[in-house]
Amino acid sequence: MSVTRAGIADDPLAAGEATPAARAQAAAEGRRRLALLGARVAIGVILLACWQFASGRLVDPFFISAPDAVFARLWQWITDGSLVFHLSYTLYATALGFTVGALAGFAIGFLLGRSEALATVVDPYITAIYCLPKIALAPLFIMWFGIGIESKVAVSAVIVFFLVFLNTFAGVRDVNPVHVNAVRIMGGGSWALLRKVILPSAAAWVFTGLKVSVPYALIGAVVGEMMSSNRGIGFLISQSTAMFDTASTFAGLVVLAVVGATINAALKRLERHVLRWRAPA
Amino acid sequence: MAILVEGVAKRYISRGREVEALAPVTMTIEDGAFVAFLGPSGCGKSTLLNIIAGLLPASAGRVVHDGAVVSGPNRRVGYMTQVDSLLPWRTAEANVGLGLELQGVPKDRAAARIDEMLRLVKLEGFRRHFPAELSGGMRKRVALAQVLAYDPGTLLMDEPFGALDAQLKLVMQHELLRIWENTGKTVIFVTHDIAEAVALADRVVVFSARPGRVSAVHEIDLPRPRDVFRVRFQPRFQELCETLWAALEPDMLRQEDAA
Repeated sequence: MSVTRAGIADDPLAAGEATPAARAQAAAEGRRRLALLGARVAIGVILLACWQFASGRLVDPFFISAPDAVFARLWQWITDGSLVFHLSYTLYATALGFTVGALAGFAIGFLLGRSEALATVVDPYITAIYCLPKIALAPLFIMWFGIGIESKVAVSAVIVFFLVFLNTFAGVRDVNPVHVNAVRIMGGGSWALLRKVILPSAAAWVFTGLKVSVPYALIGAVVGEMMSSNRGIGFLISQSTAMFDTASTFAGLVVLAVVGATINAALKRLERHVLRWRAPA
Repeated sequence: MAILVEGVAKRYISRGREVEALAPVTMTIEDGAFVAFLGPSGCGKSTLLNIIAGLLPASAGRVVHDGAVVSGPNRRVGYMTQVDSLLPWRTAEANVGLGLELQGVPKDRAAARIDEMLRLVKLEGFRRHFPAELSGGMRKRVALAQVLAYDPGTLLMDEPFGALDAQLKLVMQHELLRIWENTGKTVIFVTHDIAEAVALADRVVVFSARPGRVSAVHEIDLPRPRDVFRVRFQPRFQELCETLWAALEPDMLRQEDAA
């Protein structure tokens, strides 16, 4: 990199040409990804093969069922519509709980983050409630809201609330005073400060809170369903177990794992876009 | 019109004791002057700059800028800090346009001004880059474009090039002098680098530490326009550096002892 009198360096970042070296690197990257995918699929196949082999030979299928039985059960659920029936119920409760919890968590976290005095006063209560395992509230919510979807939404919302609340609170307080001063000197009032510094600065924290709470929203809904319900994947799992139907139990777990992984992957993509200003890792 | 510093002092309480960060200072900074505040760390030079910027209240005295007493953020100045003050979630161009946006400049006029500023600091090719994607020197250039974009009459600069390597520092000094010569802005430039103060300023205010106070003021009579790359080979430059070193030396050596 040479620096000229005019003060300009030859900027290596500016040029985006596809040189042979760049193409070679892209090709190598492609091969690496393919190998990774291959390795991942191979591990899955090996695990399933071991499971299939062990079932009936090493362990009683009563306890571990077998992959073919599990997939047969999944297929049956898909074809007879029971998967859509139960999954839609669980996802609906999850989404509703997430939305309610996230909105409340953001609003209250923002309020307390901006008000030092109020935050100091309520701090011990927040800590106490935070330390409470939220799942322990589920029976109470079922008593209050009944065995319908409201109690699942409540369990899910209360878990999400705390995660989003704490992250928003931290994010609002983490604002860099250098940025605040810069905006004030340039003529920004408190409204401009809020919109141009505090909210974007807190966004990274808030987003992290949202991201970690999505799987918990699912947990909340499923736990609610397992305790008392007549619908949903949680209900399906607890009912199957009660009837010693191991294949159905595993099928329900597979559905939850796939749903959880899908949501996570989507969130990762969204995060990459929303927080693209962050230093490339 | 000018900046009048009238008996400004700063004290604060630390561990139950009152510490004098800056003993009373009085000075006048005329319009269009390039003044350097030179001194070791802890001498109160940044404290005074922050008081002029209105970010820190004075314990005594007052600052009058263009006839108005400074109380609260001083909107007549552009402030370039030592640390990075660019908003990391804004691209280079959005950062440069921040001041214009805050002052309600219409979008089309702002866009033209942003183009002009990016050209000035030669970063047209990086307008859509985020600060994290730029080098330290580029970020400094964006910060410079940012404070220049909304055209404040006075620039306050707190060791703006302190973190840069020696060559890049020269390049930035060169850019700054060029801009200053073309715009006639008032510049207050805080530094602990004697050569930097002599190369850039018309006047160097020397601060010393414990308690922070102004210990000397030297006029720099090197001819303008100056070439920051060559000025340091002039005999007069060496003389001035020696004079300033003599003024700073007792303090520097004392600092050594303390450390």
